[in-house]
Amino acid sequence: MTRLLDISDLTIRFTGKRTVHAINNVSLSMEQGETLALLGESGSGKSVTLKALLGLLPPKRTQIEGRIHVNGTDIRALRGRALQRYRGGEVSMVFQEPALALDPVYTVGHQIAETVMRHKGLSKDDAMAVALDMLDRVRIPSANRRLHNYPHELSGGMRQRVMIALALACRPRLLLADEPTTALDATVQIQILLLLRELQREFGMGVIFVTHDIGVAVEISERIAVMYAGQIVEEGTTHQIIRDARHPYTQGLLAANLHDVDRGARLNAIPGAPPALEVAPMACPFAPRCPKAMDACREGLPPFLSLADRRRVACLRADETVPAE
Amino acid sequence: MLTYLVRRLILVLPVAFGVSVICFLLVQIAPGDPLTAIMPVDATAEEQAVMRAAYGLDKPLPVQYAIWIGNLLQGDMGKSIATGRPVASEVFGAVQNSLLLAVSAAIIAFPIGTALGFLAGYFRDTWADRAVTALSITGVSVPNYWLGIVLVIIFSVNLGWLPSMGAGPGGSQSWAWDWAHMRHLILPAVTLAVVPIGIVAHTVRALAGDILTMDFVQALYAKGMSRFDVLRHVARNAAATALSVMGLQLGYLLGGSILIEAVFNWPGSGFLLSNAIFQRDLPLLQGTILVLALFFVTMNLIVDVAQAAIDPRIQRT
Repeated sequence: MTRLLDISDLTIRFTGKRTVHAINNVSLSMEQGETLALLGESGSGKSVTLKALLGLLPPKRTQIEGRIHVNGTDIRALRGRALQRYRGGEVSMVFQEPALALDPVYTVGHQIAETVMRHKGLSKDDAMAVALDMLDRVRIPSANRRLHNYPHELSGGMRQRVMIALALACRPRLLLADEPTTALDATVQIQILLLLRELQREFGMGVIFVTHDIGVAVEISERIAVMYAGQIVEEGTTHQIIRDARHPYTQGLLAANLHDVDRGARLNAIPGAPPALEVAPMACPFAPRCPKAMDACREGLPPFLSLADRRRVACLRADETVPAE
Repeated sequence: MLTYLVRRLILVLPVAFGVSVICFLLVQIAPGDPLTAIMPVDATAEEQAVMRAAYGLDKPLPVQYAIWIGNLLQGDMGKSIATGRPVASEVFGAVQNSLLLAVSAAIIAFPIGTALGFLAGYFRDTWADRAVTALSITGVSVPNYWLGIVLVIIFSVNLGWLPSMGAGPGGSQSWAWDWAHMRHLILPAVTLAVVPIGIVAHTVRALAGDILTMDFVQALYAKGMSRFDVLRHVARNAAATALSVMGLQLGYLLGGSILIEAVFNWPGSGFLLSNAIFQRDLPLLQGTILVLALFFVTMNLIVDVAQAAIDPRIQRT
């Protein structure tokens, strides 16, 4: 079976008044039906990677190098109708802010049906029936009535359910979820996460889940890829990352979690801020903030150390078995 | 939607009342005595008093207003002091002519303005955008009576293609839908269309530009929509605001074409208004202003209802 996703040596630069090296030499692959969390803080390149996957980056201001294959198709070569069939058909996306990602002047039913009509060639009535079925599947109560609601008439959680229904209406092989729970209340977050997990099992599609919340990543995904400064610094199964994180950045993220912290105790934050990326990183980008940095870290990009199959870390000290404390 | 319509209709009543009071008072405040315009200079005080009583001008203002509004509600707008003809027929004839001119200008201006605005908004910061922006600023800034005169010089005087005066052959007052009459419409309508083209283009450009940067546009592309589909969504989003601008513009076209009507000798409401002002013809002045103001109120009502029908976010209850 062809791989669901194969990204190799992806480099993305935004040009303009100032250049930003958003993605630097990223390689990543996914098997069919896999759930991957892309973990990292703001500006680490997670969302840019997703947008590149859908060809949504503005062509005039973006330089892209490298290869992106989805189900064996080179998606960077797609144009016109083929690109439209791919977007929303093979790969679809759930956005961070459902309130902004839905068109305010069309009913949610219309917006789902519109997608179905385009991809499946159904009549308006049949497409509305599909939309109704999708609203049922994302557990929206009295879906029949909600079908004719406008986005502003729904709650935040409900809107995100609609976004998910819309994204899954054409049964994509890969779902891109761009921090889909960030804009929601904590209780609603959990409901949406559970819903996504159930639907993933039901439909069997692959999911890339972008998040900055390691707790969310653990909840939803089988595998985790940690991004920092436009690079992947560590990749492995969720279990491997949680039990045996090797990159100091991942270790920092795990330590910064709020669990098991005594009241009044100082939180374990990672000191410093990520680099500005106005030039492509020539050394380990995390070295300035790293408690374990050596001189060698500042002299060149650390190569990937492969610890096992699909388990890799970009750190010179990754083979030290004792984690830093 | 029906309750909204009814509520909105009821709200019109106090507005219409206010408008009628202002129309009545404005004319009273204006300097000049209407009688001096029609009476001989050597008229005696008694003669003036008789005339004053005949027009009801000797009564206190509130009574005058009550009589005026009472007659108005029965469809009687009084008689013109200058010509003695009923104001209602004078005003409606003129308003019809103005409406013809205004609607023609709108038919020219709104599609062109919308198309140009969309073009500029879609290709923002390109040469097309700059060209449209320059055009719309020029359109709004050029005094349109001057433009009218220039067009007359070019197309009537030099080329002799189109007539420059009146609303029909021989300055006839009755309109007919034939080429002989419609020829007369072209120059004033085009002249009048220039400002609203600029304003509509400018508005639509800003709207389209803003809407295109919204997240949902990217989401539309992400679900496989074509450029055309996206433009359809953008148009629907822009429609409510664009419509309100167009409604106001139509109001201005009807009431604000005094100079254009003067340049082209168009027998419309502006023409009538300027005559009424110069002759201190109070009933005619009041009647014309009232009809134009009520037209504005009606336009606003129509726009509000249309907006509510198009944009679900506008409260409908």
